[in-house]
Amino acid sequence: MKSVMLFILAAMLLQPAFSQSEKYVGAMKKNIAAIDSALSKNEFSSLTDIAAGFERIGDAEKTQWLPFYYAAYCRITLAFVKNEVSENDIIADKVDELIAKAVALEKNNSELSLLKAMNTSLRMLVNPMQRWMEFGPKMQQYSQDAMTQDPTNPRPYWFNGVSLKNTPVEFGGGCGNAKPLLDKALELYAGFTPASELHPNWGKQVCEKEVAGCK
Amino acid sequence: MYRSGTALQFLFFKYFGLYHKLLYVCVSKPADMKKLMSIRLLVISLLFSPSLLAQVTIKGVVNDNRNNPVVGASISLKDSYDGTTTDTTGRYSFKTTEKGAQVLLVTAISYKAWEQPVKLESGVLTIDIILKQEISELTAVVLSAGTFEASDRKRAAAVLDPIDIVTTASANGDITQALKTLPGAQQVGESEGLFVRGGTAGETKTFIDGTLVNNFFFSSVPNIAQFGRFSPFIFKGTVFSTGGYSALYGQALSAALILESIDLPEQSSANLGLSVIGGSAGYQHLSKNKKSSFGASYSYTNLAPAFAIIKQRQDYSTVPYYHNADANFRVKTSKTGMLKYYGYFSNNKLAFTVNSIDSIGYLDRFALANTNHFHNLSWKENLQGKWKINAGLSYSNNKDDIRSAMQTLAGNDVLLTNLEAKTFKLDMKGDYFNAKLVLEKKFKGMSGIRFGSEYNYSKDRSVYTGYNGQEYPGKFRETVAAAFAEADMYATNDLALKGGLRLEHSAQLSKVNLAPRFSLAYKTGKGSQASLAYGIFYQNPERRYLPSLQPLSFMKATHYILQYQKVLNQQSFRTEIFYKKYDNLVKTGHTGFTEAALNNDGFGEAKGIELFWRDKRTIKNFDYWVSYSFLDTKRDFLNFPTAITPNFAAKHTGSLVMKKFVQKVKTNFNLSYTYSSGRPYYNIRYDGAAYAFTDRGTIPDFHNVSFALNFLPSVGKKDAKSFAVYVLQVSNIFNIRQTYGYQYSYNGLRKEAIVPTSRMFVYIGAFISFGVDRTDDVINSGL
Repeated sequence: MKSVMLFILAAMLLQPAFSQSEKYVGAMKKNIAAIDSALSKNEFSSLTDIAAGFERIGDAEKTQWLPFYYAAYCRITLAFVKNEVSENDIIADKVDELIAKAVALEKNNSELSLLKAMNTSLRMLVNPMQRWMEFGPKMQQYSQDAMTQDPTNPRPYWFNGVSLKNTPVEFGGGCGNAKPLLDKALELYAGFTPASELHPNWGKQVCEKEVAGCK
Repeated sequence: MYRSGTALQFLFFKYFGLYHKLLYVCVSKPADMKKLMSIRLLVISLLFSPSLLAQVTIKGVVNDNRNNPVVGASISLKDSYDGTTTDTTGRYSFKTTEKGAQVLLVTAISYKAWEQPVKLESGVLTIDIILKQEISELTAVVLSAGTFEASDRKRAAAVLDPIDIVTTASANGDITQALKTLPGAQQVGESEGLFVRGGTAGETKTFIDGTLVNNFFFSSVPNIAQFGRFSPFIFKGTVFSTGGYSALYGQALSAALILESIDLPEQSSANLGLSVIGGSAGYQHLSKNKKSSFGASYSYTNLAPAFAIIKQRQDYSTVPYYHNADANFRVKTSKTGMLKYYGYFSNNKLAFTVNSIDSIGYLDRFALANTNHFHNLSWKENLQGKWKINAGLSYSNNKDDIRSAMQTLAGNDVLLTNLEAKTFKLDMKGDYFNAKLVLEKKFKGMSGIRFGSEYNYSKDRSVYTGYNGQEYPGKFRETVAAAFAEADMYATNDLALKGGLRLEHSAQLSKVNLAPRFSLAYKTGKGSQASLAYGIFYQNPERRYLPSLQPLSFMKATHYILQYQKVLNQQSFRTEIFYKKYDNLVKTGHTGFTEAALNNDGFGEAKGIELFWRDKRTIKNFDYWVSYSFLDTKRDFLNFPTAITPNFAAKHTGSLVMKKFVQKVKTNFNLSYTYSSGRPYYNIRYDGAAYAFTDRGTIPDFHNVSFALNFLPSVGKKDAKSFAVYVLQVSNIFNIRQTYGYQYSYNGLRKEAIVPTSRMFVYIGAFISFGVDRTDDVINSGL
C-alpha cells in the first residue's frame, strides 16, 4: 500500500514534467506540419503566424533551440518567396536575432550555419552588385561551416547547388556546374536520418525537382 | 584618362555579384513528415488536455501611434505557448487555459516590445494595444534635402551606389565627372571643379575622411579642365551635397563633396594595368588575422601615343605625363576602431603652344610643372557609453611652376610691345595642414549629438617674375579655426530634425562668423518622404584676392531647399526646389595696372527646380537614370558691371545615363548623354572709368554622347587565378562640335571660341588582377 502511495505520489510529481515534454513535442509537430501545409498549398503568408508560434514555444521553453531554428527558417523562406528585397534587411535583422537565440543553446550546428548562409544571401539580394563584396565571402563561409559541422547534412549542398543553378552559365553557374552539388545533396538525402522527429528534415523533394530540371 | 589600380577588383565583384542572384521560388517543403500525433499522444492529450478546463479568450486590436494597424504582430502570454498574430486589420484573438496573473507580450518587427500584466479569470478579455515604433536606420526617414549619397550603408533609400561613380560612361573614372550627371552641377568643360546651383567651382569644397582637401584637382591649365587627383576606387562612400549641408562642414558657399575612404581590403591582391597611355602596378596586403593591411601602387601616364593619333588643338612640346604613387595602411585598432593612412604623391609636367589670339603670326606658350604630396590620417572608434570619436589629420604640399611666354612660329621666345605681361614666371608653393575632431553621442532611437572643431592652416608662397626679371614675392598665411555642434532628433521613424551651429574664425580677416543650419525630414508614405533644409554658409574670399588693400569680410550664402523623394522597388524619383541668396560677394576694381578686390558689396541669387529619375527594374539587366536641372541665377561679383547670369550657369542641364550588361558576351555597355542649354558669355573690359561690356552673347547648346564598353572575359571562370577587364571608351562619339565659351584678345578686337582639346577621345586599356591568397572556391573544396 505504501509503495502504491509512493507510486501515485511520484506519478503526480512527475506528471507535469512529462506533460510539459509531451506538450512541447505535440506543439512542435503541429507547427512543423503547418509549415508543410502552408508550402504545399502556397499559403505563404501563414508562415509569419507559424514563425511567431515557434518563437512563443522557444521563449516559453527556454532550453530548446529547434523552435528558434524553425521560426528563423519560416521567416527566411517567406522572404525568399515574397522576393521584396527592399524589406530583406529588416527581416534579416529579426532572423539574426532568432538564430542568435538558437546558437546560444546549440553551438556549432550545421543546420544553424546553413540558416546563417541563407540569411546572408537575403541581405545580399537587397543590392547584389554593391553587397557581393561584403556578403559573398560570408555566405560561402557559413555554408562551408555547415558542411564541415555535419558532412552528412544534405541541405548545404542543396543550397549551394540551387545558388549555382540560378547563376548564369556565362558566370560559372547553370546546371552543368550545379548538378554535381545537387547530386551530392540527393545522395546525402537518401542516407539522411534526422536526430529526432523534430529535427530538420526538409528539402529532399525540392532537390529532386531541381535535379530533374537539370536534365 | 581611365583610372587603373584596383579597377578590376571592383568590376569583378560587380559582375559576379550581379549574377549571383539566388532565386528561390518555393524554396522547400518539410518532406517526409510523419503522421501528426500518435494515438498515445492523442490519448494523453485528451486525458490531460487543458482544453477541457475553462478557457479565456483574449482579443483586441494592435495599432501604431498613428492609429494604423500593425500587421503580423505576435501576441503571447509570457512563458506559455498561447498566443497568435494580428491579421491585416491589426486584430487578434486567442484562447488560453492559463489562469491568474500573467503577462501579455506583444512584439512586432520595427516596433518596441509591449508588455502588461493581465489577470485571467474567465470569459473574454479585450485589450487594445498601441505599439511604439523602434527607430532604426533601416526604417527611419533620411535627412536627404540637398544630398546625393552613394555609400555602403544599409539603407534602402539610397539612389546611388559607389559603383555608379566608376561605371558612368562620360565619367572616365573621374568622381566629379560622374557627379555632373546628377542634378545640380553644371556641364562646364573649360575648367575643372563642380559648379553647383549658380555657384563657382571655388564654392565647392572636398573632404576626405572628414578633413579638407586643398588640391583635389590637378593644377589648372588655361581652357583645359583637369581631372581629380584621386582614384574613385579608394573611396567607399561619396556624399555630394548641393546645399543645406551639416554644420560639420564649412568654408563652402555652394556644395560639399564628402568622401570616405575604404577600410580593409577583402583579400591580398596584386594588380597590373596597361593602356595606350601608360601603365600601373599595385599591391595590397591583408594580414592573416584580417586586422590590418598595407599597400602601394604606382602609375605612369603619358599622353603622347594618344595625342599622336588624336589631333590636339594645342601643339605640345612636353606632352602631359604623370608619375603618381600612393601608399596606405589600415589597422583595426579594436572591434569598432579603425586607423587609416593614405598618402599620395604626384609629379606631372606639360608644355604647349597655341596660336596667339593677341598677335597673329605668334604663339602663346604655357608650361606647368606640378608636384603634390597628400597625407591623410584618420581614426574612428566607438567609446564607452555610446560615444564615438572621429579624428582626422591631413597635410599636403603643392608646388606649381608656371611659365608663360610668346613665341615666334619658329619657336623662339619674343617680347612684343604692349604684350610684355604675357611673359612671366610664376612659382607657387603651398603647405596645408587640416585637422578635425568630432565627438558623437548617440541616444535612444537614432537621436544624437555631435560636436567638435576644425582647424585649417595654409601657407602660400609665390614668386612672380616679370619679363624684365623683376621679382614680386608673395607670402600668405591663413588660419581658419571652427567649432561646431549639431543635434539629430528622431521623434518617430517618420520625423527627423537636425539643427546645428558652426562658429568660424579667420585669422586673415580677423573676423568671426556664426552659421546656423537646420533640416527636417518627414515620411509621407511607403518609401516616400519630404524634406527641407535651411542654412547659412560662409566662405573666405578666394586666395588670389588676399591679402587685400581694403579689409574684406566673409562671403555669405543662404540656402532654402525643399525636396520630395520616393524610392521603391529599384526605382527612385526625387525633385528639389531651391532658393539661394548670396551676400557679401567680393567685388573687384581696377587699381591702375591690375584687378584687385575692393569690397564685399557683391550679391546674387539662384533659384531652380531639379528632377531625378532612376529605374533598374523595368528592363532586366538594364539600368538608367535621367536628371534635369532648371537654374535661374544672377549675380554681381568681381568685375561684373551689373547683376548678370554668370558665364558658368546654363538655364537647362540634363543627363541620361544608361548601363546594360550583356551576359552572352560578358560585356558591360555604358552610354551617357549630357545636355546643357547655351551659357551666356561676356567680354568685360575696363574703359578707364569702370568695367563695361564690350561684347556679350550666348554660346551654342552643348551636347555630348559618350560610350564605354567593359569586356570581362574571366567572369565565371572558377579556376581563374587572375581577373581581367578590357576597356574601350569613346567620348563625344558623334563628333559634335562643342563650345565652352569665348576668349578675347588683349586689345578686345578678336574673339575666339573655347573648344575641347580634341573633338573625340578614345581610350583602350586592360587591367589584370591577381588574387594572392585567394582561398579556393568554397563550393569546389566542399565536394
